[in-house]
Amino acid sequence: MHRLLTHLTLAALCLLHAPAHAAEVLVAVASNMAEPAKELARQFSAQSGHRITFSSAATGKLYAQISQGAPFAVLLAADTATPTRLGQEGLALADTQFTYATGRLVLWSVAGNTPNEKTLSAGQFAHLAIANPAVAPYGQAAMAVLQRLGLAAQVRPKLVYGENISQTQQFVATGHAEYGLLAASLVWRDGRWLSGHGWWVPSDWHAPLQQDAVLLRAGANQAAAREWLAFLRSPAARATLQRYGYQ
Amino acid sequence: MLSLQLASITTALLLLLGTPLAWWLARSQSRWASLLGAIVTLPLVLPPTVIGFYLLLALGPNSPLGQFTQWLGWGLLSFSFSGLVVASLIYSLPFAVQPLQQAFISIGPRPLEVAATLGAGPLETFWRVVLPLAKPGLYTAGIMSFAHTLGEFGVVLMIGGNIPGQTRVVAIQLYDHVEALNYPQAHALALTLLVLSFSLLLVLRLWQRAWIR
Repeated sequence: MHRLLTHLTLAALCLLHAPAHAAEVLVAVASNMAEPAKELARQFSAQSGHRITFSSAATGKLYAQISQGAPFAVLLAADTATPTRLGQEGLALADTQFTYATGRLVLWSVAGNTPNEKTLSAGQFAHLAIANPAVAPYGQAAMAVLQRLGLAAQVRPKLVYGENISQTQQFVATGHAEYGLLAASLVWRDGRWLSGHGWWVPSDWHAPLQQDAVLLRAGANQAAAREWLAFLRSPAARATLQRYGYQ
Repeated sequence: MLSLQLASITTALLLLLGTPLAWWLARSQSRWASLLGAIVTLPLVLPPTVIGFYLLLALGPNSPLGQFTQWLGWGLLSFSFSGLVVASLIYSLPFAVQPLQQAFISIGPRPLEVAATLGAGPLETFWRVVLPLAKPGLYTAGIMSFAHTLGEFGVVLMIGGNIPGQTRVVAIQLYDHVEALNYPQAHALALTLLVLSFSLLLVLRLWQRAWIR
C-alpha cells in the first residue's frame, strides 16, 4: 500500500513537471471535423511535440459546455456564428478567430444506390437523413438545398433528423435511410468514397459552410494552443483538409 | 402529447406481457428462469444508447428481424412510432417485471394451496386470488413503467430520427432546445416533465403507505 502511494505520488509529480515544450491542449471539435482533426493532431504532434486531446460534439452543445466553464483551449466549430458569439461574450479571444475550413455537402448512399443530381427530385426513397437544421450547420445547408430545388414540402415527410452529422451518416450506413445529405469529410478520403457512393452537391446551392476556429479564454495563456491555431493555417494543414473533402 | 401516448401504450403492453413473464419468473425453479431474469434486468443497467444502437442494427434492412418486418409489410420499424413502442417495451421491461415478480413472490404458496383445496383451477386462482393480492405490485409496475418511458431519451435518439409528431418525444425536444440555446423553452419542458414525474412518484408513495397500514 505504502509503496503504491509512493509510486502514485511519483507519477503525479512526473506529470506536473512535464517539460513545458510538451504541453497538452484540450480542443473542442465539431462532429464533422472529428476525424480530420485527429489526423491534423498527429501531424502537429510530430512536429511540435505537443499533444492534442479532442472532445467532439455538435457545435451548439460545445457552446453550451464552454459557456458553463468547460476547460477547452480551442474551439473548431462547424460554423462562424458560434465562435463570433463566444467572442462577443468574452469567452473567446475574438481577434484569434479565422476560417480554417470550408465544408462540402454530399448526397450519400450505400448498397446499390448511386445518387446523382436527379436523385432528390425523383424522390425514389422512403427516408432522407439530414442533420437537425435547428442545431447543425450541415442540416441548414441541406434544407437550403431542398428549398432551392423546390422540394422542401414534398420531401419533408421523408426527412429523418440526426442529432449531429455523424448520427445522420449512421442512419444511412445502417440502411435505415436510403440517402443522406452529409458532410463530405465523413465519407470522402484521398479522392474516393470510403464506402457507398456520393454526389457532390454544388457548393453554390447553399450558404458557404465556413468553419471557424477560435482561441478560448481557457487557452489564452497556453502557448501550445496558439501554436496549434497557427498550424491550422499552414499549407500542410490545408492539404490534409482537402484530402477529407474540404475546400 | 406524443410522450404521454407512448408511455400509455407501453405501460398497457408491459402489464399485459410482463404479468405472465413475472409470474413464471417468480414460480419457476428452472435454471432458465435465472437466465431470463438476468436478461430482463439488463436494460436497467445498460446505457440506453447501447440498447438503441443494437436496436438500430437489429431492426435494420439486413437483419433477420428487419427482413421479417418488411416481409410482413410493416417496413422498417425505425423512424416510426411503432418502433418507439418496441424500443420502450425493452427499455422499460425491468420496471414492470421487477415489482410484479416481487409481489408474486411475497404472496407465497399458502393462498394458492388454499384456493386449490377449495377447487379453483389455475386460471381462476390467478384472476381471483393472485392478482388482487398482487395489486400493489401491479400499481407500482404501471407507474414505474409509465414514468420511465416518459423520460426515455437515449434509445429514442438512436432509432427515432427526431420526426415531429411521430418520434420527437419530449426528452428529444428538450435536448434540441438546449442544443439550439433556446433555454426558456428548455426550462418550460423540463419543468413540465419534472412536475409530472414527481407527481406520479408521489402518488405511488402515498398509495404504498396506505397499503402498508
